Amino acid sequence: MWSRFMSLLISSWRVLARPASHYSLGFLTLGGFVAGIIFWGGFNTALEAANTEAFCISCHEMRTNVYVELQETIHFSNRSGVRATCSDCHVPHEWTYKIARKIQASKEVWGKVFGTINTREKFEAKRRELAEHEWARFKANDSLECRNCHEFAAMDFTRQSERASNQHSTALASGDKTCIDCHKGIAHHLPDMSGVPGWE
Amino acid sequence: MKKRFALCSLLVLLSLAQADNQVATLRGSAELLDTAQPPAMADEINNDQRRVRDYPMAAPTIPHKIAGYQIDLKVNKCLSCHNRLRVADSQAPMISVTHFMNRDGNFLADVSPNRYFCTQCHASQQSVKLLIENDFISMDELFLKAGASH
Repeated sequence: MWSRFMSLLISSWRVLARPASHYSLGFLTLGGFVAGIIFWGGFNTALEAANTEAFCISCHEMRTNVYVELQETIHFSNRSGVRATCSDCHVPHEWTYKIARKIQASKEVWGKVFGTINTREKFEAKRRELAEHEWARFKANDSLECRNCHEFAAMDFTRQSERASNQHSTALASGDKTCIDCHKGIAHHLPDMSGVPGWE
Repeated sequence: MKKRFALCSLLVLLSLAQADNQVATLRGSAELLDTAQPPAMADEINNDQRRVRDYPMAAPTIPHKIAGYQIDLKVNKCLSCHNRLRVADSQAPMISVTHFMNRDGNFLADVSPNRYFCTQCHASQQSVKLLIENDFISMDELFLKAGASH
């Protein structure tokens, strides 16, 4: 078995190491180029397909828990019709970080296969832990996914309520606080917050 | 016997007419089996200006938006600003000390469970036309009237 595998490996290496004798250099270069486009395009298409709302809510864990909660909020339904869907907040937009998050998401596939949160009770039991992962991610990247739309430099404090402008022009402006520090639970229900700073 | 029956049915009809009238006042012109067109939703007043209370024990109204505030067994969004330990950061008024008393009048370390659900007494306000005229006479007006008659 092992020797057969090795001989197959060696023979295929010999094919690859020998110069091509039937195909022209032009065919191989162009063929490689076209195949590259197809593979890279296919990869990115699949990646983007996994970023759609339809993909997220194709699992009942998302559809019946967090998606229902999102629908009540201003990020889903508002006067101007701008909607932030799952991936807008939960997947980084920049490619490198997006790939890193996608690799991390393989754990979520594991969770799906083994039914880690496949009932409401299991989901509720895990809610605090799952929320803490997202809070930690937002805290670490200075709430980047919020700022993709809510640019601090573009905020008009005079159009905000007095309380909001007070907080934004002091704690947020100085970098002392980031969006998620105060705006937890704006898109989903909160877990039991005992022990979370700011919720004493 | 006939007379009494006629009188009874007249009374029933009158009271029905009365009831029908009252229902119609609240429902507008919508038929009983139809769903009335609800009025447009008004914005909550969000100016943070405290309002006068009509009597000393009145629960103050909320002078800011509370849309989407979660108040359940897990968490109370109001208390994240108005609880005793939070007011230094938030500069919001602390919930009244009566909210720490249990039903026997003893003070507890944290909010008493029977005062936990804020919106049972406190409500945010909208500037809308009154549905019915408010004929509430405040204590102060009564005092004024009493003073004038003596």
